[in-house]
Amino acid sequence: MVRALERKLLRDLRRIWAQTVAIALVLACGVMVMVAAQATQRALLATQAAYYERFRFADIFAGLTRAPRALLADIAALPGVAQAEGRISFHAVLDIAGIEAPAMGRILSLPPNPALNLPLLRRGALPEPDRLDQVALSEPFAAANGLVPGSRFQAVLNGQLRTLEVSGWVLSPEFIYSVAPGMMMPDDRRFGLIWMNEQAAAALMDMAGAFNDLSVRLARGGDARAVIAALDQMLAPYGGAGAQGRAQQTSHAFLDSELQQLGALALYLPPVFLLVSGFLVNMVLARLIAIERPQIGLLRALGYRRREIGAYYLKLAGLIGAVGVVLGWAFGRWLGAGMLAIYADFFRFPFLLHDPAFGAMALSGALGMAAALLGALRAVAGAMRLSPAEAMQPPTPPNFARGYLDRKIAALRLHQTSMMILRALLRWPGRAMITLSGVALSVAVLVASYFIFDAVDLIHERVFDQSNRQQITLALAQPAPARAVEDARVLPGVLASEGAFGVPVRLVHGHRSHLTALQAQYEGTSLARVIDDYSGPILMPPSGLVLPDLVARKLGVGPGDLVQAELLAPPRSRLELPVARVIHQSFGAEAHIAASVLFAEMGIAPQVSHIHLRIDPDQMPALQARIKTLPAISGLSDWQELRSQFAATIDESLLTMAMIYTVIGVLIAIGVIYNAARIQVSERLHELATLRVLGFRRAEVGFVLVGEMMLLTLLALPLGWFLGYQFAQGMVAAISTDVVQMPFTISRRTFALASVVVVAAALGAVALVQRRVGRVDLVLALKARE
Amino acid sequence: MARVIPMPEVTKPHPPVFAAQNVTRVFRMGKVAVQALRGVSLALQEAEMVVLLGASGSGKSTLLNILGGLDQPTEGRVFFRQTELTRASDSALTQYRRDHVGFVFQFYNLVPSLTARENVALVTEIARNPIPPEAALDLVGLGARMDHFPAELSGGEQQRVAIARAIAKQPDVLLCDEPTGALDSTTGIQVLEALCRVNSELGTATVLITHNAEIQRIAHRVIVLADGRVIRDTRNETRLAPAQVSW
Repeated sequence: MVRALERKLLRDLRRIWAQTVAIALVLACGVMVMVAAQATQRALLATQAAYYERFRFADIFAGLTRAPRALLADIAALPGVAQAEGRISFHAVLDIAGIEAPAMGRILSLPPNPALNLPLLRRGALPEPDRLDQVALSEPFAAANGLVPGSRFQAVLNGQLRTLEVSGWVLSPEFIYSVAPGMMMPDDRRFGLIWMNEQAAAALMDMAGAFNDLSVRLARGGDARAVIAALDQMLAPYGGAGAQGRAQQTSHAFLDSELQQLGALALYLPPVFLLVSGFLVNMVLARLIAIERPQIGLLRALGYRRREIGAYYLKLAGLIGAVGVVLGWAFGRWLGAGMLAIYADFFRFPFLLHDPAFGAMALSGALGMAAALLGALRAVAGAMRLSPAEAMQPPTPPNFARGYLDRKIAALRLHQTSMMILRALLRWPGRAMITLSGVALSVAVLVASYFIFDAVDLIHERVFDQSNRQQITLALAQPAPARAVEDARVLPGVLASEGAFGVPVRLVHGHRSHLTALQAQYEGTSLARVIDDYSGPILMPPSGLVLPDLVARKLGVGPGDLVQAELLAPPRSRLELPVARVIHQSFGAEAHIAASVLFAEMGIAPQVSHIHLRIDPDQMPALQARIKTLPAISGLSDWQELRSQFAATIDESLLTMAMIYTVIGVLIAIGVIYNAARIQVSERLHELATLRVLGFRRAEVGFVLVGEMMLLTLLALPLGWFLGYQFAQGMVAAISTDVVQMPFTISRRTFALASVVVVAAALGAVALVQRRVGRVDLVLALKARE
Repeated sequence: MARVIPMPEVTKPHPPVFAAQNVTRVFRMGKVAVQALRGVSLALQEAEMVVLLGASGSGKSTLLNILGGLDQPTEGRVFFRQTELTRASDSALTQYRRDHVGFVFQFYNLVPSLTARENVALVTEIARNPIPPEAALDLVGLGARMDHFPAELSGGEQQRVAIARAIAKQPDVLLCDEPTGALDSTTGIQVLEALCRVNSELGTATVLITHNAEIQRIAHRVIVLADGRVIRDTRNETRLAPAQVSW
């Protein structure tokens, strides 16, 4: 049989259902984010681990010029190394029927019995051992270009135009995320991976008995740093370009940074919601207890114990918490599945291991209930302290005394309704602070999510408008003498050409070292420029290096310090260079130097590895057709294409995220304002009804309610901006890695947008409450004394 | 010392301030219908002080609320001068209350966050032709306590602030629902004196609800309600000053 008190509990809950829902939704957001982010993160981690394990993803990677296969045995014998595999890897320009622009391919040799980075066959077959013209393609590239098994396409391989036949589609743990060198994001149409029989690759590249790409799997407990150091030493005579661990491997690094973001999301966002819902439970329960004072007195008079009263209200808070938790679980699982689907689409996994997220559900459930119950404690303790006689008395009316602030307010000579607003804020500063903090947090959540648009805009502006003003960048198969720049001008449609030289480099300072690229800038170039975030384009100093602050910090150097630069390509010079300038770059971690300085130091004639072009757009097809046949060119970046790709990818994913965050921010704002307004109305209904009786119009009475809430909302904006700034900074720090960096910048547009959304949400919430006030029977309201 | 207040000239040709014709009010509470007024007809004159007398549940407050534009009758018509209140919209009734009616309630209904002066200013700020809040408070003898908050005033003082607030707009009618109901007799008398003074000095038609039969002796006219009907409507030949009544 349901006890009377339990029946009352359910009826109380039904009476405050709208407030319960408002609180439960805020709480549900926190639980949802925790469950969704953790479930997605754990599913991706499990998938990644299983994929790596089953398909033997290597631990260390190294590029080199050419080494005999005999060296592999020595490498495998290094302490800490379990397996070593050498292969042949090179880039090629591809000509695919139906695509005007040349595509780029990275060709990888496939050993007869591969031991590491196993390709996973998805369709067709691997190339037949005796066929030199058969290749397997990465699935996304093949699918995007409609290259089914049996299709043919052309490629410039080692200076010769060859026709290749597709044998099948594969996926590889090495290329879960694949991006062409020099590109910013995947472009499945224009960049693909091509697996070719080892024999064929060796024949094409004159690499019989040799390799130029090394993968190493560590033994259990093997020390990656020691192995990398040993490999660097061992490969140096063979043109080693520096060994790298997984952390620097592009695919792994991108996936890792995404996982890190999910972790940060699960860690930083939910506490905001839990905090706000705890505050809301406190507010609503305190009010309910104030209304139910006589009932509490009656129950106590009837012989109910203090702890029974306490337990009653704790149960009520617990029920609110439970509604929030269950909603949060449901939303969380739904959102998690959606996020996982997006990730599965973006990253190339052959399978997905789902995570039931029971751990995240248990933890978020416990935290959600704790937030509701802890929020209730103060109000419940107050209810338990009431003595029966005291409780049955009406509560003492609020005491407005004449204080210093009050005189100040009186001196403002405001309308009396405005005075009511200000005095209420002064009389209940604690409650005002709760409302204000809640609203500020919702602003902060929005600022911290919208700022990503600013970061993207900044990247866009820096990369496309300021830094790279060329339309085309050609990558040369081999560094060429500087006069290649002049030669490029005869290509169809070329209006201007500029050369650049990039070389992998290891920068060393004391015991610290950093692997990056050294970019040589030719004097007088104006297409591709080096940009300092604060001072704009910079001129290369007449001596020494220009380092981005990230690299300078990592090496522990500043202007004037000497750095050792080991060039990791022929002629493998070791240079001692001073740091001439440290620039601020939110992204980009390459070192820069004036070309004249570099080549003087190296003691060789100037060379170029890239050629930037400004072209006549009408001549683009002719240029593309010509490039497909040039053996000296191993790749091409079309910056116009890159720009639109960037915009399309970003718009799609960011808009979805921004929508989700907007809903979340709006829910907090509505939850806080709606509850605060309901409580205000409940306490001051009598006063508001009096105003109506005195002849105040609905709108004028509404001003008292709306005015107070909107004043608090406006006061909360600056605090929200400040908190949002801090959140955003924390997020940037949490998700930045050596490879992936997000610039930190917040525009006024972001602050304004976040404010407009929150103010609108607050207005909507007050309007809901205001409508209830409009329906109140004046006579009844006046008669109802507390 | 008995003091008889002279009857003001109530000129008959003037149209009445209020005219109620066959007013009925039925409250529906779930399945139960409660008939609060059963066909009340009456006319109240300018500058009259009328006491509405009756037991609890007799329909006095319902009638007052209808006259004050807070409620609408279920049937019948009510006129304020030439305006028919029973056909007025919600916003028209708000405007009517704003321009013409002053209310005084049993529980004062002061805004606790405003001082005495500010509570009066609340009305003078929106009224067409108000007197200064200070003058209104002087009229009820509270000139010295203008800057006190309601919580710092006694019950009688709070009720006098409520009267000052009601008269500050120079209303055409003053409707008082048990203004002395929560007060002891000494304080109650002060409040009644304030009401009589307003009635005689400003000529404000005043309707005063009470269930205290003694108070009827300060009125020009006494209307007694029982069970939703007017059972007696008489004029006092002589009026007593509030100080002369006691309860």
